[in-house]
Order: sequence, then structure tokens, then C-alpha cells
Amino acid sequence: MSITEILFWFLTALALLSALMVVFSKNPVHSVLWLIAVFFAISGHYIILNAQFLAIVNLIVYAGAIMVLFLFVIMLMNLNAETEPQKNRWLWWAGTIAGGSLMLVIIAALKNTENQMAQIKGGDIGLIQNLGKVLFNDYVLPFEISSVLFLSAMVGAVVIGKKD
Amino acid sequence: MPINYYIFLAVALFSIGVMGVLTRRNAIIVFMCIELMLNAVNLLLVAFSKMHHATALAGDAATMVGAEAQLFVFFIMVVAAAEVSVGLAIIVMMYRNIHSVDINFLNRLKH
Repeated sequence: MSITEILFWFLTALALLSALMVVFSKNPVHSVLWLIAVFFAISGHYIILNAQFLAIVNLIVYAGAIMVLFLFVIMLMNLNAETEPQKNRWLWWAGTIAGGSLMLVIIAALKNTENQMAQIKGGDIGLIQNLGKVLFNDYVLPFEISSVLFLSAMVGAVVIGKKD
Repeated sequence: MPINYYIFLAVALFSIGVMGVLTRRNAIIVFMCIELMLNAVNLLLVAFSKMHHATALAGDAATMVGAEAQLFVFFIMVVAAAEVSVGLAIIVMMYRNIHSVDINFLNRLKH
């Protein structure tokens, strides 16, 4: 087993375990922290796949910005106590069984597909230089439109969050 | 790495997200599970881009095939950031009005 495979399995186990802890933590703050662990594991997977730009962007945007926003909102509402208002065992079992069945069905449908290899540790399409060339040659218009999207999202958040 | 491993990992992460959306009643945690599903899809998209790149490399050593998929992941992250800001504003507004983030209270939207 090469070091890359060991890293792959370690990151996979970390991602799955942390994702389960996100769902099953009672305390919302703990859920946020476990979700940050999931994002770190997924960034590790990006690095194994040599998608370095996406690994860094994933860390900065998700773990750095979005999760801090979640933490702010949770602390603003003072939800860090155990505040699951209503317990319903039937709902819990139904949800778990439905999610598990979804996973089972998709895996059963896809397990006999032709097995190709994803290139790891090589290939330079994930480097900033090449992605930037493609972005600013072929995808300039979507890039500019996304800035308008951000502006409208900012205005929308302010308008929704305003008092009265 | 075989692409199947990445498919199974992404499917497992996505299903855990679905499980969280179906079982948890806290609106913020439901929202976080949606983020988890988005990230599972992103991971799968990057893995597929590398698979596509590996097959294209056999024909042409200097090909840039597959960079578009990684740009799509970049745009998904952009849209997710905008979506989170608006969604959290809505949750804050909901908390201000009904003093709870329990999504069961939202069924009064029906009538």
C-alpha cells in the first residue's frame, strides 16, 4: 500500500466519520466544528487529486467564510445549548432508513460500471495557472455575472435581515 | 485510484446529508446537511474531471481537457456562498418572528 492509498483511506474515514457526527451531534456548535473537519478531509482529497486551486478555495470559502457565518448565527441565537425541541423516534428511524436505502440503491446501480482510474498526483489541470487561463479565456461572462449574483445576494441578505 | 471509490465516497456523503435533512428538526443543521451534499457532488465532479483528463492524456500529452469541470466546481462554490448568506438571513428572520428554529413550526405556511 503506497502512502497515497493510506492517505486516501484515512481521509475517507475522516470524512465519513465527521459527516456522521454532523448529523448525530446534539449541540449545533459541535455540528459546525465536525462539518469543518469534513471540509478539511475533502480538501485533502482535492490535494490527492492534484486540484490545488480547489483545495485552497474550499478551505478559504467553506471552512473560512461559510462556517464562520454559521457559527455567528448560532451564537447570535444562543442555540449552543441542547435545543432539539421535539423528539420523534419514528421520524428518526424513517429518515435513517430512507437515507440508507438511497445509498444502497445508488451503490447497487453503480457498482458494475466500467472501472476507470482517476489520475492522482499527476496532471496539471488543477493548477491556478491553467484554471485561470480557461476561466479568463472561455468563462469571462459567467465570472462577471457571478459578481452581480454576489451583489444581489448581499443586497438580499441586508433587506431580509433588516428590522421591521 | 479507481473512480468507483470516489463514487462510493460521494454517494455515502450525499446519503448522510439526506439522512440529516430528513431526521434533524433544527433549521441550521438541515442547512448544514445541504452544504454537505453540495460538497459530495463537488468531490465527485473533481474526481470525474481527473478521470476524463487521464483518458485524454493518452491521446494528446498537452491536453487541457477536464479543466472545465474544475471551473464548474468553482462556480458551484460561488453560488453556495451567495445561497448561504441569503439562507442564513432567512433563518435569522424566522427566529426573530417565531423565536425558534424548529422547522416543524413552519407547517403553518400550509394554511
